Amino acid sequence: MKETLIEKLLFFSALVSILAIILIIIFICSQGIPLVARVGIKNFLFSTTWDPANGQFGIATMLVGSLLVTIGALIWGVPLGMALSIFLAEIASPRVAGIMTSMVELLAGIPSVVYGFFGLAVIVPFIREYIGGPGFSALAGAIILGIMILPTIVNIACDAIKAVPREYTEGSLALGATRWQTISRIVLPAARSGIIAAIVLGMGRAIGETMAVVMVTGNVTRIPGSIVEPVRTMTSNVVLEMGYASGDHQLALFATGMVLFIFIVILNLVVTASLKAGE
Amino acid sequence: MNSAAIMVRGLNVFYQQYQALHHIDIDIESNKVTALIGPSGCGKSTFLRSLNRLNELIEGTRTEGQVVIDGVDIYAEDTDVVKLRKQVGIVFQKPSAFPMSIYDNVAYGPRIHGVNKRMVLDEIVEKSLKQANLWEEVKDRLHASALRLSGGQQQRLVIARVLSVNPAIILMDEPASALDPISASKLEDLIAELKTTYTIVIVTHNMQQAARVSDATAFFLNGHLIEYQPTEKLFVHPRDKRTEDYITGRFG
Amino acid sequence: MKPFGNRREQLIYYTICSGAVFVALTLVAIVAFVAIKGVGCISWEFLTEIPSRMGKEGGISSAIVGTLYLTLVALVLSVPLGVGAAVYLTEYQPRVSRFTRLVELSAEALAGIPSIVFGLFGFVFFVIFLGWGWSVLSGGLTLALMILPTIMRTSQEAITAVPVEFRENSLALGATKWQTTSKIVIPSALPGIITGVILSIGRSVGETAAVLLTAGSALGMPVLPTDPARSMAVHLYFLASEGISMERAYGTALLLIIMILIINYLANLSLRRFSYRLKG
Repeated sequence: MKETLIEKLLFFSALVSILAIILIIIFICSQGIPLVARVGIKNFLFSTTWDPANGQFGIATMLVGSLLVTIGALIWGVPLGMALSIFLAEIASPRVAGIMTSMVELLAGIPSVVYGFFGLAVIVPFIREYIGGPGFSALAGAIILGIMILPTIVNIACDAIKAVPREYTEGSLALGATRWQTISRIVLPAARSGIIAAIVLGMGRAIGETMAVVMVTGNVTRIPGSIVEPVRTMTSNVVLEMGYASGDHQLALFATGMVLFIFIVILNLVVTASLKAGE
Repeated sequence: MNSAAIMVRGLNVFYQQYQALHHIDIDIESNKVTALIGPSGCGKSTFLRSLNRLNELIEGTRTEGQVVIDGVDIYAEDTDVVKLRKQVGIVFQKPSAFPMSIYDNVAYGPRIHGVNKRMVLDEIVEKSLKQANLWEEVKDRLHASALRLSGGQQQRLVIARVLSVNPAIILMDEPASALDPISASKLEDLIAELKTTYTIVIVTHNMQQAARVSDATAFFLNGHLIEYQPTEKLFVHPRDKRTEDYITGRFG
Repeated sequence: MKPFGNRREQLIYYTICSGAVFVALTLVAIVAFVAIKGVGCISWEFLTEIPSRMGKEGGISSAIVGTLYLTLVALVLSVPLGVGAAVYLTEYQPRVSRFTRLVELSAEALAGIPSIVFGLFGFVFFVIFLGWGWSVLSGGLTLALMILPTIMRTSQEAITAVPVEFRENSLALGATKWQTTSKIVIPSALPGIITGVILSIGRSVGETAAVLLTAGSALGMPVLPTDPARSMAVHLYFLASEGISMERAYGTALLLIIMILIINYLANLSLRRFSYRLKG
């Protein structure tokens, strides 16, 4: 009696994740889809005019903004993350690796709003002073995000590298290959699927990040002429306007979130496919 | 002769499609030590585990036939598994103290069966530890973590834990194979003492051990019971050629 | 490992090492910068007074309480559900089961959803649909869904790591499944479960976007779960992005970092205890 009741309760707990994901999809889409249908999917995605007061809901500028900061973050975050992963898995002594791992954990633990604040207080003025433009820019966002995606990349890539069988490395070294030849030609290719997963997840982290970006990118709804000009991302759009939006405007913000959600789903599918291919 | 503590008739055990035991018939006598020997994968552990229905914890296991303990077929539909397992204790190969104090390890069984009075528990713990020849070594640190005990001590603790619920039968699955020789010999002494009170069935790889501790020995091969005899007879005059090959070390 | 062989190899070696050094320096720079600028702001009054004039003056006590309150509500819900789900999947389901796969896929999907999307969901579901308004309850439950995957996954790992012998020994003593689970399996896995819970606390404490959309940004001291609340992270966002008080922003950021440092330290401690407990 008691045993079956408990089993039912536990079963319900397990159901919650499934229920939650279904509810999230239903509630976000029920708000977003009607508006996209009314505005037209092409118009919503490709119009550069975001003017809620006049019923103009085009998020093209934000798509560009999100992609720009994300790609910018990957351009420097991925090489840095890979260097760190190789360092942790292949070079560092256990002691040093332990310390570095704690540091990466701390990087992961620092709230995004603190990164945003650091960007606002240090990186934005730096860009304004030494590179040009207003400082609030796609570049500032990319720099901050590049740091923020490091833990995601390092955690997964490092595990993938460590999972490469010792025999591969030893076999290669035994043939007279140098350490770097071994790493670049044997270890990294063998860990390929894990590394791809790491990069794609890092990308998901970057595109979904909100607070750090909204504080440093200036949030102007215009296609930027250069990376030192301000941009607005999809995430920023929601957090900036949700406080006062109503009616269609609010629905348009949900539609923005829906597009973001679809991006994430696609990225996750890529990760799953990549990991499966690696098996 | 009706001294059979366990009566097994036509026992078949399957793992998915694979048949691990073929039509086993055997009578195991009370207050004796019965050893089960045979090469790895011969079904002796499966047989042991079928005596208190532990096989059903493994997915895809199916059992046919009868195992009668104390006049009751334990595979009958209305058998209370919890009661059965209380009656038939088991000691596994790997000494596995729970991550709690020595006292709590031994008191675990009585507690789950509803004994909560401190005095009664104290008594059971002391008695069980004494029976398992562990009391003298641990009586001053009953509330220390059981994980700090050595392997041999942990194995005797596990036996005390089994004794605490007052079983009639104790199953042992290679209880000494993970122990050093001195701990193993202490364990063998303990088995000899315990058989005055309990019926013991022991699986062992070690034939000297089987010869030393057991009264009767059963030889298993490929899921079949090949030969079952008083230990002395089986080791000196095996009836079956395959038994002879095995005990003289020609295979396995 | 030995440095690499020839000139070119050494160049690569030093490049990789300098990458690692750069990351370490970046972390130190962020923490040191916030610490140096923020330490002067932290005082008894800062910790215990309610913000006034939008946070330009006074302390951040209501934001500290708001943060803890939201985290508490999130844990009250997500710990039983997450651990319960993990127990169900590991102890009550066959090892290969479609249901388990489905739950795990859902949890992975939940873990990948950006916080702002959780914020949108929490807003339309808890705040509007259930009519709870901007409140500690709405915010806490939204956070609960966000941290549920972490708690579930770490609990699953911790429970799976409990040796199968423990279960067999307990069942063989005549314990029921739930007795075995509640008295042997969960206690053995506890430090591992706690590690996951502590990491989730870190996530709730630092979460901003989702909290902003579901708990609001009221400056007052939250008392009832139905009161709106402002977390420290949200407070920091307003202080900095609206230029209300940079000095107080540094102080708030420093407090957040200190909390995260403590949380990470505790998580590591608990993880070490877990491996100790299982190895003996």
